[in-house]
Amino acid sequence: MPVLKNISELNDFRKQAKAQLSDREDNKLTIILGMGTCGIAAGANQVADAVRSELKKHKIDAEIVNVGCIGMCHNEPLLDIQQPGQPRITYKNVKPAMVGKIIEKHLLNGEFSKRWIYGQLPARDGTTVEGIPTYAELPFYGKQVRIALKNCGIIDPESIEEYLVSGGYGGLEKALFQMTPDEVIEEMKDSGLRGRGGAGFLTGLKWEFCRKAKNTPKYLICNADEGDPGAFMDRSVLEGDPHALLEGMIIAAYAIGATEGYIYCRAEYPLAIERLKIAIKQAYTFGLLGNNILGSKVVFNLKIKEGAGAFVCGEETALIASIEGKRGEPRPRPPYPAVAGLWGKPTNVNNVKSFAIASQIMMNGADWFNHIGTKKSTGTAVFALTGKIKNTGLIEVPMGITLREIIYDIGGGVPNKKEFKAVQTGGPLGGCLPAEALDTPVDFDSLTAAGATMGSGGMIVVDQDTCMVELARYFLTFASAESCGKCVPCRIGGQRLLEVLTKITNGEGTLADLDEIERISKYMQEGSLCALGQLTPGPVLASLKFFREEYEAHVTEKFCEAGVCEGMFTYEIDPDPCTGCGLCAKACPTEAITGEKKEPHVIDQSTCIQCGACYDVCNFGAVLVKRKHELTVIEPI
Amino acid sequence: MSDNGIDVGLIKPILEEFRDQKGAVIPILQHTQELYGYLPEDAMQEISKRSGISISQLYGVATFYSQFNLEPRGKHIIQVCDGTACHVKGAPKLVAAVEDEFNLKAGGSDPEFEYTLEIVYCLGSCGLAPIALVDGQVYGNTTADSLVENIKEVEK
Repeated sequence: MPVLKNISELNDFRKQAKAQLSDREDNKLTIILGMGTCGIAAGANQVADAVRSELKKHKIDAEIVNVGCIGMCHNEPLLDIQQPGQPRITYKNVKPAMVGKIIEKHLLNGEFSKRWIYGQLPARDGTTVEGIPTYAELPFYGKQVRIALKNCGIIDPESIEEYLVSGGYGGLEKALFQMTPDEVIEEMKDSGLRGRGGAGFLTGLKWEFCRKAKNTPKYLICNADEGDPGAFMDRSVLEGDPHALLEGMIIAAYAIGATEGYIYCRAEYPLAIERLKIAIKQAYTFGLLGNNILGSKVVFNLKIKEGAGAFVCGEETALIASIEGKRGEPRPRPPYPAVAGLWGKPTNVNNVKSFAIASQIMMNGADWFNHIGTKKSTGTAVFALTGKIKNTGLIEVPMGITLREIIYDIGGGVPNKKEFKAVQTGGPLGGCLPAEALDTPVDFDSLTAAGATMGSGGMIVVDQDTCMVELARYFLTFASAESCGKCVPCRIGGQRLLEVLTKITNGEGTLADLDEIERISKYMQEGSLCALGQLTPGPVLASLKFFREEYEAHVTEKFCEAGVCEGMFTYEIDPDPCTGCGLCAKACPTEAITGEKKEPHVIDQSTCIQCGACYDVCNFGAVLVKRKHELTVIEPI
Repeated sequence: MSDNGIDVGLIKPILEEFRDQKGAVIPILQHTQELYGYLPEDAMQEISKRSGISISQLYGVATFYSQFNLEPRGKHIIQVCDGTACHVKGAPKLVAAVEDEFNLKAGGSDPEFEYTLEIVYCLGSCGLAPIALVDGQVYGNTTADSLVENIKEVEK
């Protein structure tokens, strides 16, 4: 295929790709495998091998298509079967041993193994199979509105043809040939899109600042340094729909007047980098990158820069320093990168999702976008829903939805009959919210007002077994280790906070330490150079605000109610729910648990090492976490 | 060959590849580390001599980013994710089990340099927490026992 020299060649190419894809859907058996990092971690490669050997065994001719992550981590590995003209039927939690049966039943006997089926995606003409729910009817998907994740897990990320058929590069076409750069910026401003990297600054306005800068050349950077532990939405877009990012970047480059661009991606995402490289190569081949894009005068060249492991490089000035080959240390702003960024030239930095959404806004218009979500936070939010929750995965919801809807309707609530305790948003620089705040609407401003932040979209649910003090200590371990050390409040403050929290979790804390936390936090928030230092105290302050009693129990009673902090609790078996099944006795490494069969068991406190093995295995909630001094005293008979 | 038995001649093609690129210190170090498994002092000297980048700048960058190692690493690399999701799902127990079983400390190697244990923050597969990597192979929903088992299997 030669370079596409104008719109009509692009449209011809799209038509041709569409005909080919329709032909496959109508005439060819297709097996679709979820091959994101998470799918592979769950065993998708072994499933793929099993599929190949079963197809060979039965002499079945089928096309095998690898797609990215559709967001249902809890159901991975996924296997979809699409027979000619039929809906796409998804099997969940597929193990290699199940593949033979699925293929035999589904393809040879025309039956469905319903208990293994998750749902179906209707065929092109709307055909569905009776008795199997469609994705839209399932709670996990029913409440979602997918814009940034539109194609993830649906199309083959290594095929530019499939991206084009999904309407891809239509936004670019509109921007380049029907709009001036200023009109593109106006459209973006009208859409109300706020940066999805966490800070929530208006994307259109950011573009305008850079456009107005006089100096040349101008640079465009995509921040794909997704360093928040517990967030993986950018990875999913990079792995599942890389052309969406490229399209958004080319549109932005046109609007700003940037001729060179970088995608700064974490080295920890090898698959994402591989798929990006393929997409960039395709875009060059078809004339969507390089000189005279689609026959226009627009020039834009794009490179990938691999990060080398530094959380602070998510901060834009640090990221720019890193691309320049320096230590990734932030610098004071102003001057903002829009004026003096990479190599001292005007530079615009946006997050992966912001670009992916921008291409959709160009395609469908600002009005379409700003009618989704709330007035001040338009559009959708993408969250990585993880932790103690039934349906872990990647979700995209309209702004304004409540935390309760996300956690209970989409996420299915907390598993194993445990109690919801808190939800952490915004990663190690965010904050947690307790059960009372579950009706908070999810948007930039409401979350901040409630004491958490939107951040880049990690949402981690914790239950009664998580100690909030230890969790705060954990976040501080991370944030203080990642402090670049350039400014004192962040470098020393983070360290000091960590020391205080460690003291408390070791059972040596005092009430004065709680005041000390607040004092250090205040100085860090006010005095730190960049967002890393300013936001490091966030998690500990939020948990201190909402879970002060738990902190107080740690310092005054030396008691950890979650049973996490060593030496600050003990276990006891409640005789009422105990059925005497003996599981705990078997699990106990020190043989501290004794009891007759079908009779309540007892823990010998002198040999118990509080490892928690009995607590973990008990199916009846009979093992309780107790204060050391409040053990039930059994009177001698 | 350097005095310490390092073939510094291998660095030349790397420097040629990046000769015309501005700010290429990080990719040069990444490629060098790929070559030796870590960044030996002799290699750093060689890069500095040939490229004119000062040795202090090279070490400044190498010590800033967690990806770079100045010490040799074990034959097998075990990475346990201690990202938030993995942490609340028991990553610390995995670390303790590996430390006990293979006689090493997180961030270091055993005396025979068979294994190196690294703690990493978020591999982006939080839905399958806790996650561990053994020589780049990802294991999801791991337990202390299954991880130790997986590590032992790699030897075979």
